[in-house]
Formats: sequence, structure tokens, C-alpha cells
Amino acid sequence: MAVTATLAAKGHGRGSDLVGAGLSIGSVLILWEVMAAADLTAGVPAPTAVLAAWWNLLFDGGYWQSWYLSAFRVAAGFFAALVLGVLLGLAMVVSRTLYGITFPIFEVLRPIPPLAWVPAAIIFWPTTELSIAFITFLGAFYTIVINTLDGGRAIDQRYVQAALSMGASRMNVFRRIVLPGTLPSVTTGAAVGMGITWEVVVAAEMISGGGSSMGGSGGGTGGGLGFLIWNSYTGGSYEQIIVGMLSIGIAGYLSSGLLRRFGQWATPWIGRR
Amino acid sequence: MNTPCLSRPRGAIRIQDVVKVYDPHGAAVTAVDHCTLDIAPGEICMIVGPSGCGKTSLLNAIAGFHDITSGAIYLDDRLLCGPGRPQSEPGADRVVVFQNGALFPWKTVLDNITFGPLVQGRSTLREAREKARALMADAGLADVESSYPAQLSSGVRRRVEIVRALMNDPSVLLLDEPYRALDSLTKSMMHESLLQTYYRNKVTIFFITHDLEEAIFLGDKVVVMTSRPCRPKKIVTVDIPHPRDHNVLTSRRFRELMDETMSAVHEEAQAAFAAGEREG
Ligand SMILES: Nc1ncnc2c1ncn2[C@@H]1O[C@H](COP(=O)(O)OP(=O)(O)OP(=O)(O)O)[C@@H](O)[C@H]1O
Ligand SMILES: [Mg+2]
Repeated sequence: MAVTATLAAKGHGRGSDLVGAGLSIGSVLILWEVMAAADLTAGVPAPTAVLAAWWNLLFDGGYWQSWYLSAFRVAAGFFAALVLGVLLGLAMVVSRTLYGITFPIFEVLRPIPPLAWVPAAIIFWPTTELSIAFITFLGAFYTIVINTLDGGRAIDQRYVQAALSMGASRMNVFRRIVLPGTLPSVTTGAAVGMGITWEVVVAAEMISGGGSSMGGSGGGTGGGLGFLIWNSYTGGSYEQIIVGMLSIGIAGYLSSGLLRRFGQWATPWIGRR
Repeated sequence: MNTPCLSRPRGAIRIQDVVKVYDPHGAAVTAVDHCTLDIAPGEICMIVGPSGCGKTSLLNAIAGFHDITSGAIYLDDRLLCGPGRPQSEPGADRVVVFQNGALFPWKTVLDNITFGPLVQGRSTLREAREKARALMADAGLADVESSYPAQLSSGVRRRVEIVRALMNDPSVLLLDEPYRALDSLTKSMMHESLLQTYYRNKVTIFFITHDLEEAIFLGDKVVVMTSRPCRPKKIVTVDIPHPRDHNVLTSRRFRELMDETMSAVHEEAQAAFAAGEREG
């Protein structure tokens, strides 16, 4: 009885949450529309104007190319950061020597924001595309390394001792204790890293002018979502600026949602009671 | 109730003049001091003593989690550690059950239990699972095999952990206050269940506890340790015949043994308390 009551309350809660979210977003949109009509928004276009611009962009190959380009850069930078970051993090967990050598260097480099690397990256890497990927990579890399490292070092020594006492070899301990024990913080690090990656890629595209694969049919809409915003700004299309911003919001939401799902799937022992 | 003993007891432990000093070149904390103790095969040896006296240090030396400073420890006449071999190699012949439990949170109950035989490459997955299910059925754990440890009550977790240890066919079980966190009712259920398991698989049990009632109910002998550094102060032989059940708790002999142990423990607890006062 009590259980069904709580379940019902929960279900009700979720439903009313959705209704609440709809109400709050809806009222902001209406207020915005009214204010724009009354010319009170300092040039920011009304929701309906944004929607109209968005509708036009849906048939613009350049817009979709921007999606593809930004997503590709994010994916490339993110997966490189994931693979290298987890490897380095695990190596630092396992080897005290490597930890001693790497950690100080790491702590000096880490506070440098990825965007501060843009000029150096453009000079160093042969193509703009590679510099953008590199900066994106940096955005996620530090977070993933630190999370892997912290997760690995926080593994309770009892698990290691228990495994040894049941006849596990060092290799077994690594595979069956260190790896799964680190996984939850890797997934956390990956989720945070993914968020940073989107922030960074947009800024990098703005600064570097859209990368080497500029073009597309829609007159500068095809250099990535960040470039789309920048280009719309210089071109004076305020509706498109907002479309670009919302597109990035959606892209970030989708990718972190996907990652969260994957994380839950990979760590089924977390949060089940 | 009188379950016949199926397997031959093994696992004699001989602890000879063992000294354990932490950080010998620095703070030099002596945890174990010239400790000598013999445990017979299949014996349940209960270790009691003041907090911080060095009981876990002794267990860790047997398990091979750290070295000893001098002395020697033998298991069935095999030198575990001693002269020329300061630290024993941890192994499945001496499985440890920890104070706070150490079931792997990322493995289901069944995978936890089959861990030992599988990492040792001793049996195939199918064999290991078969054996695990048989032991789990004996311990009343048949319906939790696909749960994760976090989903279980602490009493069930403890039972799973004992089964996990037994899967390795150890000659010795090393238990470090395994039931400390349990309420008294669950605890007494655990005791009876442990004895039932013990009657089926006669292993040597080295069991650290703070609970004197637990010590006498389970033990063949109770070793009262001195305050730090620890060495046996008094060994109480528990001459209550097995199999035992909760009725033992109200017997006169039980009370007498309690009194005997209590006074020895009390003396040492006072000594430890006084030492603590001096240090603080
Ligand atoms: N790694 C270590 N380095 C230095 N000193 C230690 C270390 N481990 C334990 N000690 C010290 O050795 C002494 C004995 O510790 P031990 O854990 O063996 O006691 P215990 O009898 O198991 O205590 P408790 O009943 O509280 O579990 C304590 O004074 C403790 O502070
Ligand atoms: Mg202890």
C-alpha cells in the first residue's frame, strides 16, 4: 500500500514537473514575444522570427554541415581525450614513478584554459582543423585524467587485499579490481569532459574562422555551429545567432544524455537498491 | 543437529616469537611483541584484546599483507614467513574476511563468490557456478545470486562473504571482527550459521572479536591478548562440546567461562586505558 502510494506520488511528481517546465518555458516565450513586439528587447528577435529562421535553415545544407562538423570535432577531440586520458590516468594509478614525474607537469599545464592554446595550436598544427581538434581534446583531457586518477587511487585497499587473498595475480587485480573500481569516476569525468568539449569547440570555431572545410551552400552557414553564430553576427542575422545557440544547447544535451545512458549501462551496480 | 564432519581438518598455524614493528627506523611502533601461539587443525581460535593492541597486525602477517620484524609463522609445517622471508605470499589457503566487508561492489553475488576459483584458474565457469550455488543453497542464499552487494542487508552480505571465502577450499579462515556492525539478533543468527557451515567444512578459524560472548560461543579457545604490543596473556579453553546452539548461552559453564575471560580482558583494557591516558 505504502509502496504504491509513493510510486503514485513519484509518478505524479514527474508529471507535474513536466507541466511545470512547460509552463515556465512557455511563459518566458510569451513574455519575450510580447516584449519583442513592443520593441523592448533591444533588437533581440522574437521567438516566432527565430523559429522562421530555423525553419529556413532546416533546408540549408550548410546548417547540417555545421552540425556534422562540430559534432565530428567534438567526437574526435573527446574520444582522443577519453582514450589517452584513461590510459594516462591508469598508468599514474599503477606506477608511482610515472605519477611522480607526470603530476607536477600536469598541475602546471592544467590551469591554462584550452582557449589560451588557440594561437599556439594554430601555429603548431599544420591545418586549422587539427588545431581545433587539439583544443577540443585539451578541454576534455585534463578532466578525464584527473577523474581516472582520483577514482583509481580511491579504490579501497581491502578490495585489493581480498583479491590477493583469494589467489588473484597482480594482472588480475588490475583487470578485476582497478578497472571496474575506476569506471564510475571515468564515466563522471567523461560526462563533464563532454560538456567542456562543446564549450571549447564553439569558441575555437569562432576564433579560427570555421576551419578548413569552410563553404557549404548557405553562405557561411557550414563552418561548424560556433562559426555559424559568429558568421551570423558579422552578417547581422540575429535570428540565426539564436538558432545557432539553441542548436548547440540541443547538441550538448543529446551528447551528455547519450553518455549518461552509456555510463549507467557500463556501471550497473551504481545506484541500484 | 549432529552433522557429521565430512572433510578432514587441516590448517595448523604455528606462530613463533613473532615481532611486528611499524616504521622501525622512524616512529617504531611495536604492534606485536614476541607472540607465540599454536592453533590446531580445524580449531576455532578466538582472539580478543584491547582496541589497538595489534590483533589486526598479527592477522595481516598471517595473510601476507605485511611483513614481520622477526619470528616465524608456519602453516601445516610450511614456513609462511620467518628468517629470510619477511613477508608471506597472500594465498587462497588463508582467506581473509574483513572488518567492514570487502565484497566487490561491481560484481553480483554469484560473480563475487566464483571470483577465487576463476582467478586461480582452478575451475571452469560452469564448475565454479555449480559449486557456488550448492554452497549458497546451504547458507540460505539461493535467491540473491544476481543481486549486487549494495542491494543486500549487512547480515546477508556477511554470509555471502563467508561463502566466497569457503569457495577457495582454504585451510584457514582469517576473520577480522566480521560481525562488528551487526545488531545482536542478526549477530546470533550469523553465529549459528557460521557454526553450521563450520561443521560441514572443518577449516581452522582465526577470529578476531571484541565481543566476549561471541568469543566463547564460537571458540574452541579464546586467546586474550595483552595491551599493545600484543602477545597472549591468557588462553581460555572452551570445553563446551560441539555442536552448539543458542541454548549454550544460558548454561552455567558459559557464564563461568565468561567471568574467567572477562577478568583477564578487563585487566588489559585498564592497562591500555592507562597507557592511552599517559600518551594523551
Ligand atoms: N601501517 C601502520 N603504520 C604504523 N602504525 C600502525 C599501522 N597499522 C597499525 N598501526 C598501529 O599498530 C597498533 C596495532 O594496530 P592493529 O590494527 O593491529 O590493532 P587492533 O588490535 O587490530 O585494533 P582494533 O581492535 O582497534 O582493530 C596500533 O597502535 C596502530 O596505531
Ligand atoms: Mg583490528
